Amino acid sequence: MTFSGWATIVLFAVILTALAMPLGSYMAKVYTGKRVFLSPLLGGPERALYAILRVDPKQQQDWKAYAKSLLFFSLAGWLLLYAILRTQNAFFVPHALNPLGYHPAPWNVTFNTVSSFVTNTNWQYYSGETTMSYLSQMIGLTVQNWLSAATGIVVAVALIRGIVGRSGKGLGNFWGDMVRTVLYLLGPISVIGALVLVSQGVIENFTTYLTAHTITGLTQTIAMGPVASQEVIKELGTNGGGFFNVNSAHPFENPTAFTNLFEMLLVLLIPASLVFAYGRMTGNRRQGIAIYTTMIVMFLGAVTVAYIAEAHGSPAQHAAGLHTHVISGSGGGNMEGKEQRFGIAGSALFDVVTTVTSCGAVNSAIESFTGIGGAVPFANLSASEVIFGGVGTGLYSILLYVLLAVFIGGLMVGRTPEWLGKKIEAREIKLAGLGILITPLAALFCTAMATASKGGRASISDLSVGPQGFSETFYAYLSQANNNGSAFAGYTGFIQPNAGNLGSHGVTFADLLGGFDMLFARFAPILFALAVAGSLAGKRVSPAGLGTMRTDNSTFVVLLIGVIVLVGALTFFPALLLGPIVQGLTGHLY
Amino acid sequence: MAVNATHERQAISLFQRDILKRALLDSLVKLDPRVQVRNPVMFVVEIGALITTLSCLLQAFGGKPLGAGAEPGWYTVTIAVWLWLTVIFANMAEAFAEGRGRAQADTLRNMRKETVATMRDGSMKAASALSRGDIVVVVAGELIPGDGSVIEGIATVDESAITGESAPVIRESGGDRSAVTGGTRVTSDRIVVEITQEPGKSFLDRMIALVEGAERRKTPNEIALNILLAALTLIFMIVVATLRPFGLFAGTSISETTLIALLVALIPTTIGALLSAIGIAGMDRLVRRNVLALSGRAVEASGDVDVLLLDKTGTITLGNRQASEFIPMPGVPESELAEAAQLASLADETPEGRSIVVLAKQYGIREHDMAQIHAEFVPFTAQTRMSGVNVDGQQLRKGAGDAIIGFVEAEGGQAPPELRAQLDRIGREGGTPLAVARDNQILGVVYLKDTIKEGMKERFDQLRAMGIKTVMVTGDNRLTAAKIAQESGVDDFLAEATPEAKLALIREQQQDGRLVAMTGDGTNDAPALAQADVGVAMNTGTQAAREAGNMVDLDSNPTKLIEIVEVGKQLLITRGALTTFSIANDIAKYFAILPAIFITTYATTAGGRGPLHVLNIMNLGTPQSAIVSAIIFNAIVIPLLIPLSLRGVRYRPIGASALLRRNLLIYGLGGIVAPFIGIKLIDLIVHNLLGG
Repeated sequence: MTFSGWATIVLFAVILTALAMPLGSYMAKVYTGKRVFLSPLLGGPERALYAILRVDPKQQQDWKAYAKSLLFFSLAGWLLLYAILRTQNAFFVPHALNPLGYHPAPWNVTFNTVSSFVTNTNWQYYSGETTMSYLSQMIGLTVQNWLSAATGIVVAVALIRGIVGRSGKGLGNFWGDMVRTVLYLLGPISVIGALVLVSQGVIENFTTYLTAHTITGLTQTIAMGPVASQEVIKELGTNGGGFFNVNSAHPFENPTAFTNLFEMLLVLLIPASLVFAYGRMTGNRRQGIAIYTTMIVMFLGAVTVAYIAEAHGSPAQHAAGLHTHVISGSGGGNMEGKEQRFGIAGSALFDVVTTVTSCGAVNSAIESFTGIGGAVPFANLSASEVIFGGVGTGLYSILLYVLLAVFIGGLMVGRTPEWLGKKIEAREIKLAGLGILITPLAALFCTAMATASKGGRASISDLSVGPQGFSETFYAYLSQANNNGSAFAGYTGFIQPNAGNLGSHGVTFADLLGGFDMLFARFAPILFALAVAGSLAGKRVSPAGLGTMRTDNSTFVVLLIGVIVLVGALTFFPALLLGPIVQGLTGHLY
Repeated sequence: MAVNATHERQAISLFQRDILKRALLDSLVKLDPRVQVRNPVMFVVEIGALITTLSCLLQAFGGKPLGAGAEPGWYTVTIAVWLWLTVIFANMAEAFAEGRGRAQADTLRNMRKETVATMRDGSMKAASALSRGDIVVVVAGELIPGDGSVIEGIATVDESAITGESAPVIRESGGDRSAVTGGTRVTSDRIVVEITQEPGKSFLDRMIALVEGAERRKTPNEIALNILLAALTLIFMIVVATLRPFGLFAGTSISETTLIALLVALIPTTIGALLSAIGIAGMDRLVRRNVLALSGRAVEASGDVDVLLLDKTGTITLGNRQASEFIPMPGVPESELAEAAQLASLADETPEGRSIVVLAKQYGIREHDMAQIHAEFVPFTAQTRMSGVNVDGQQLRKGAGDAIIGFVEAEGGQAPPELRAQLDRIGREGGTPLAVARDNQILGVVYLKDTIKEGMKERFDQLRAMGIKTVMVTGDNRLTAAKIAQESGVDDFLAEATPEAKLALIREQQQDGRLVAMTGDGTNDAPALAQADVGVAMNTGTQAAREAGNMVDLDSNPTKLIEIVEVGKQLLITRGALTTFSIANDIAKYFAILPAIFITTYATTAGGRGPLHVLNIMNLGTPQSAIVSAIIFNAIVIPLLIPLSLRGVRYRPIGASALLRRNLLIYGLGGIVAPFIGIKLIDLIVHNLLGG
């Protein structure tokens, strides 16, 4: 561990908080229809979009109408993306957009990929640079990076409206919310972010791949493409799908220590700001601060564990008698699978940032982490992406946990539980309970299917027997269920002998199981969250008194952390035992 | 009446022999799956018990245990036995709670002897055949055949059977003391009663059904909690079900018995077992405070009360205003005023009237006898708002200031300017002024003081700490009301309250989302009682009031509301605390059972211990003893917590955050730590003493 390592982590948390607070206020204004400083610039395009879409953003939708619009929109996006990916070498695609003439990936991999991008997961069985045409990357995948992110955000906004709503059943207008999200939030930040990335060396071109001759006399193909525009939304929208196979470890995606910090900030920016926006929209900023505290405490806890574990080095290094402490010329620790330009702290921090959120981008190899360091992403995923979480998804998920904590804690202060003045009754408990259970259940169920069946075991390499094989499988379905998208080594769903997909084939079992895992664990909780919003929307608000349990103080933060940890731990402890814990407990290499 | 004068019924001991016997029997009868299916958590345990029993039988006949593994026979048998015990313990908790209620009900049922009613026309009719509108005559020594209102006469009635209070109470026609309850005994005089109940739906019948729990329906919060428990059960079923393939992948096969043991240990059996007992016990605690809640929903709501409407008279003040001072007008000797006031009050049997006579005595005025002085009594009417006597051609009157001014002016006199000043002063000070006049002259004012009960300020402070706002309701004018409100420490007041104003106040508070509780006894309280979320009717009140409220206080003690609120809060806290405890327990159970299951997994030497054995942090004897100990702990914690769930977790008015911290520490942290100790101790016995 180094001072600069800890300083990076602390600095990161401080900058994040400093940026998220004003952005949260801005978002609260955007979603309550108030004027913001960008209104003069964007008001015209906004109205034009409403005219084209023929929607009236003022028309309130109840939860069912909101959900219907959302499902319809997502289904349309799914079909469109599937069509684009499957026709990437069709006659009507200009050569410049598929300069290498890549064939489409097979149906099963495409099913997985499309489901993955529509659900904001960005699980990738494929390698971008050997599978996708520029058209697929730009018009297909990048567009879904935007839209799936916006979809998550509007669900969170609708839930907040339900929680604070005092009149009627309306949760806002899905189309209006989507337009505003894209125009006022994702758009401006992406433009600025992409320019910053380009200035640091991230590429943005349609050039065909370059061939370089190395000093050892070998030739190397250097992949090109419109990277920066996808990179920025990949982080900002907590998507995480790399343009290149090695994701943010690639120098064209993440060239410097500065871009590393910048990309991490982009990942957490919206999830963190939304929490403050929530506080603003409830009319009590402390509500937002309490949830933010919960998140940042758990986040910094995870970072600390990961950093200490990685800086300490792996059991194998110690067994071999290697130096793992900091010496001149070396940062020490476990550098296997990490980039020199990011170091231990930059890698550990990035890993935690992208696994607490549903981003899933990586700048180092998670499977090369030490046992305990590698257990951190598992633990983060086990907490069901509520520590910041995905854009929107994080907030609406943690709000369901808040509801649960309010119910149990509320009883303990001797009142039938109420949340921001609204009574929590059987219906809310049923919906929130199911909303919370879906993700862990999907993860466990799919892992069981995959470990118990021949079809599932086909995705594990022969080298990964025992706990490593289990970890890979478990992580794959846990990551897909949480719509995270990061991977724990080589869980295979796509066999690709050559770049360009000639002769490639998918592993149907893994592709379909993973695809359904993602779709189910994305849309079922969304429906439950919207139903909770609908159920709360019409409720009468009672004023808080001395006898009311507060949800904006430190006691509640402790209770909330307790509930999140307990639910995660109780659900996943047995599975974690057979994977990362066994691996962490033994010097034996699997 | 002291504020805390609650006649508390004896708590019926848990270990009274016949209750115990009946509870044991009931807990076996309740094993019927048709009963268990109503409680999803315990139903799962029962199914688990059935499957392990099957496994036992298989092993007994030389077969292999169900599923996989080769566990010793004693292990399967022990698990099966303790699973059954878990269900039985849960049933016992409920049976105990019901048993206590039933014991109360039996006492009541004894009163419901078949009586014959004498109708007004002299015919006889069986009491059970009486219906609404029948008119019966009851004389001293007879049981009142059914609930009703006295329409004629006055009598003393012994209501000890339902209230436990031995002193007879007065029941008379008209007014707020007209309601009589079937099964109580008239001890003097004769009354004519109009029956107001339908056959079989008397107060007594309802009371019996309530304390027995026959009409018990799940309350809204109980339903919500049950859903949460079902959800937790569901997730643990998936966790346990997926553990089999996970284990097989790691080369470890797990027997059906062990999987079921793990499942039962994880699902929230503690709260699942005690939930209905907690609800029944809440009702029972109210009954012991002589309050009958007509639904569990009302008990739950009482924990949520935000605003308490309290009648001033009888609740905050002693209610009988006492004359404390004679204030003569200029030129009138004090003794003249005292004598006139005394004469005007001679026939006045109200506490106020009597207190004037008593005060006059202190001024040396000897007592007069009405008959002796040939005085003609002029009674109080709502129209004149004054009373007095006509004696020796003089008209003596006392009454409200403006009524007396009106009287004097009608007689050709004029009110002295000092009068208004005195009336206002007394009003400001919270007293009631009575003006006294002789013909056309106003003699002076009698200062009636209302005394605030002792300890009210502390009670209101306590309520404030509970987050409950108190509102005093009084017919007094604003000045009087403000003065008393200030002295007693009540938060707010409603002066010059009419039944309509009271109803409007309740509606207004409810509109703002507050839950309102109130007490009442009069017929004109009925609409407000019905509107309030928690309406406590006094047992001495009218039948209309008793039917409008959702609780009846048999002691007719209006400050009882505070205790009712506490019982409601206790009920909810107990549910929350035991739920937290139940879930927190799971951590220790994982550390007992999972290392036991995976002790040999990934062992490097055949038959040796694998890496996961280090998680056996409790250092439990053998895998079997570890699992058995966890299951025994899981079962035994239920009977251990029965007393707590019947008694209820104590409520302290220390503010919600402090209370939450306290309960999280005790039941959350305690719930994590306790089973580590408990399981270890049980394992010491099972492993070391019994050699398991």
